[in-house]
Amino acid sequence: MEQKNPFLNPYLGGFLLGLILLAAFFFAGQGLGASGTFSRITAMVEHWIAPETAEANAYFGKYFKGTKHILNNWLAVLALGVLIGGAVSGFLGKRNKTEIVSGPNISTNGRLVLALLGGIITGVATRISFGCTSGQALSGGAVLSVGGWIFMFSVFAGGYAVAYFFRKEWI
Amino acid sequence: MIAPLFKTGLMGYPGYMISGLIIGILFGFVLERSGFGSARKLTAVFYLRDFAVPKVMFTAIITAMMGVFYLSALEILDVSKLYFSPTYVLPFIFGGFLFGVGFLIGGYCPGTALVAMVNRKLDAFVFAFGVCFGILFFSWIYKPAQGILTATSMGTITIPQWLNVHPGWVIIGVIIFAFFFMGAANKLESIFGDQTQEENS
Repeated sequence: MEQKNPFLNPYLGGFLLGLILLAAFFFAGQGLGASGTFSRITAMVEHWIAPETAEANAYFGKYFKGTKHILNNWLAVLALGVLIGGAVSGFLGKRNKTEIVSGPNISTNGRLVLALLGGIITGVATRISFGCTSGQALSGGAVLSVGGWIFMFSVFAGGYAVAYFFRKEWI
Repeated sequence: MIAPLFKTGLMGYPGYMISGLIIGILFGFVLERSGFGSARKLTAVFYLRDFAVPKVMFTAIITAMMGVFYLSALEILDVSKLYFSPTYVLPFIFGGFLFGVGFLIGGYCPGTALVAMVNRKLDAFVFAFGVCFGILFFSWIYKPAQGILTATSMGTITIPQWLNVHPGWVIIGVIIFAFFFMGAANKLESIFGDQTQEENS
């Protein structure tokens, strides 16, 4: 039988996520984060292709200063865990199927072009803001960081500002 | 104060990394279980149809915020040892706005893209490639833009430090804000929600 709503109640999900974030503070002294690992992977790939360029880059250079591997990092193992946990939950919920997620009114190619464009914009934005929805909004928000709250409200403002123009993509 | 365990030296580097892996597994599980592996669910908040994203976020923030507050009051957790980024006011307003635009167009944020990719959502792979390209682009403009990116700095600062009030007052304020927000969200969901087939005006 198909369940109407297969997802966790958002308040229960939020409470559990809050406990997980609290555990991150308790054990590691830092919050959750995802975009930093994307940055490290980008730098790592550039380093495979052009090591000197990557090491000399003003932004990526810091990743190559120490003796540790670039992915020998707490946020990188966290991201690995996210992949594992997401896979387990998707498997249990039978949501692990090959598909392209969009509303009914957009072509497949249109959706993929917008996914690429949105990704590029998001990537730039994470570096300007020192983080993403996990690191800045969620973790920064929970420690009442001024920047975390500025970031969070700005994210919602940005989304609502353009939602009308991209409504065919989603609804 | 015993915590943060890694920073007080009670837990070594291997334990620190294992804690990251376990916390990541739980994080990914809860994200997916909350529906955040689907770009449609994530963007529905911007069409007032499903407020799960901000409900989860605010509930998580309140839970962790109160946990940090009480663990600190019980002298278990040393909040001065918690890492969070410094604040640059105008760059963060611009960066946050840009992030919201990218999130709406792309359908994911970096963390939820990981969850979607591992469940074979092809658009999430394209999005993640875009994120990496955006970061590469940023690395090219970082040096000349550094001055602008660090303008209007406030340093590493919390709202209670900024307002010069006890953190308890800010926590009460956040809870009251969330209470009214959830009420408004439920009202809007009852008007706009569950009409996914209806043509919008």
